[in-house]
Amino acid sequence: MSATSSSTRDLHAVVSPHARVRRATRASWIGLGVAVALILVAPIAPYVVDRGTQGSLVTLFSLIVMATMWNLLAGYGGMLSIGQQAYIGIGAYALVYFADTLGLDPFMAVPLAVVVAGVLAYPISFLAFRLSGGYFAIGTWVIAIVIMLIVQQVPAFGGGIGQTFSAFSELTPGRRIAYVYWLSLAGVVLAVLVTYLIMRSRLGLGFTAIRDDAVAAGSLGVRVTRSKRFVFVVAAMGCGLAGAMITANTLRVQPDSIFSVNYSVFMIFIVVIGGLGSIEGPILGAVVFFALQQWLADLGSWYLLILGVIAILITLLLPRGLWGLISGDGRIRLFPVGYLLQPRPAGGTGAGAASPAAPSGT
Amino acid sequence: MQWINAIIQGILLGGLYALLAAGLSLMFGVMRIVNLAHGALAILAAYLGLVIVQATGISPFLALLAVVPIMAAVGYLLQWGVFNRALSMGGLSPLLAAFGLAVVVTQLLQLRFSADLQSLQVGSLSVASITITDQISIGVLPLITFVVGVVVILGLQIFLSRAPLGRAMRAASDDPQTVPLMGIDNRRVYALATAIALATVGIAGMFLGMRGNFNPTYGDAMLIFAFEAVIIGGLGSLWGTLAGGMVLGIAQTVGAQVNPSYGILIGNLVFLAILAFRPTGLMPKAVTT
Repeated sequence: MSATSSSTRDLHAVVSPHARVRRATRASWIGLGVAVALILVAPIAPYVVDRGTQGSLVTLFSLIVMATMWNLLAGYGGMLSIGQQAYIGIGAYALVYFADTLGLDPFMAVPLAVVVAGVLAYPISFLAFRLSGGYFAIGTWVIAIVIMLIVQQVPAFGGGIGQTFSAFSELTPGRRIAYVYWLSLAGVVLAVLVTYLIMRSRLGLGFTAIRDDAVAAGSLGVRVTRSKRFVFVVAAMGCGLAGAMITANTLRVQPDSIFSVNYSVFMIFIVVIGGLGSIEGPILGAVVFFALQQWLADLGSWYLLILGVIAILITLLLPRGLWGLISGDGRIRLFPVGYLLQPRPAGGTGAGAASPAAPSGT
Repeated sequence: MQWINAIIQGILLGGLYALLAAGLSLMFGVMRIVNLAHGALAILAAYLGLVIVQATGISPFLALLAVVPIMAAVGYLLQWGVFNRALSMGGLSPLLAAFGLAVVVTQLLQLRFSADLQSLQVGSLSVASITITDQISIGVLPLITFVVGVVVILGLQIFLSRAPLGRAMRAASDDPQTVPLMGIDNRRVYALATAIALATVGIAGMFLGMRGNFNPTYGDAMLIFAFEAVIIGGLGSLWGTLAGGMVLGIAQTVGAQVNPSYGILIGNLVFLAILAFRPTGLMPKAVTT
């Protein structure tokens, strides 16, 4: 069987006539329904909740975007990065530069900032890919530090003090936060959708193979380095988007905080807690993390300490995270990115979702 | 003359970085674990020394006799409790566990000692120096640190090539499937390797604390400098790590001579240049796995 064929029809040709291949399941139809309902309901938030809540939701959305991108890198690409704050900072500074310094429309400046993050990530990937595993992790971190140190030296970017983001200053606060909220909602939907489409594509199938065994995947014709470079750039663009969302929300960029390694710490803890290697995990993890952040905020240092202990325990005891626990190690999939083989009943169509690993029965 | 002085100080600083990097290199060499908690553990050792010195009033050099075995015990327990299990799970688990550990150790130190800068007092030794010319003088403490770094690396090298346990470690690294057939328990070999690595981390942390200030967040920079020394020198070569540490030290002190705020940046840029143009490092091991 061709390891990289992506369409269900191709697979039908090669599996037994007694079985059929499905992608969607009952859970995924329910998932789609819930997602559509959320997307339809979410835009009315600025009319029903106060500004503070909208600001918090923007923070939650940026966490979901960052975690989704980190999972794309680590969960699928097998690349553990501690340097994603580089692209958060680049996105943030690019937004301020395009919107304030060049005077572009802020809504034009955000996609441009995302593109800048991707364009810079491409050459950086050649440097970072010289390292692998844990050394890749520290290497990405060093690159992020270098970018921060360079930004600090540029007077046009405000040096070490940073800049205020003032493109929205003519708007009333209520209108401004509503715009930022809608922008961030569009951003989070886009980030999850792009991840879903990548994972459902031929590339995604290749990634699942790389995740399970990079050498074997390479021998079957998966272009390992090219695929990794592609997600590295996509993840940088996603983090650039998150940086733009954060800046539009906080109205300030400052090198030490926007390039803080804490963003990577958050991404890693969110994905580990939620579940590495699934689309649902980072979303669930971000919600849990956000709730813990609100709940433990008064505890100061204790809060990261508790999260660290939880992350170690989950890594050692529950490697698929909370989503793995809920979904029975991947049996429930809200995002149908896999292929399910089902026995073909004697007459008519199958009733409901059968076991994902049902034997083909030849 | 200033430049020659900067280079000499850089070489001596490189000894500290090589001392820091030795444990990172050892753990990677034996278990393929990149211990992301390495820097945080070095700072933990410095605070351990601080507590002992403050409680007993002894010299930090004497406190080393307590800190090193304690850190070795910490390493043995960490390998049994965390890393062996993470290794058996494969994938990113060892890295994620080490990363979590780094955050936990840093936050614990933050809670106990706050972010105030601390240092280990060595009295007049901290300012003692050997004058070469009017403008060049060598600090006694940096020189001691450098010598200790060289001795630790030499010791590890001899241990790995000659001692039975060192040979078992190399065997466990080369072929972890066959070693148990020879009646050697990999997990025990790994635990001893981490114990030795953390003993060197203990020494590095103490000299770090004697040479300058530290606070809980310094672990990040220590991990990065150790990593840069390893990569600049070439993976798998302890002598390369020493050379890498010196190159990094020189880059930082010469960079700081140009402009005090450029030191770290130039060090990082030299590292990136090596990565771009000589990714195997200065002294690559003949056969790399």
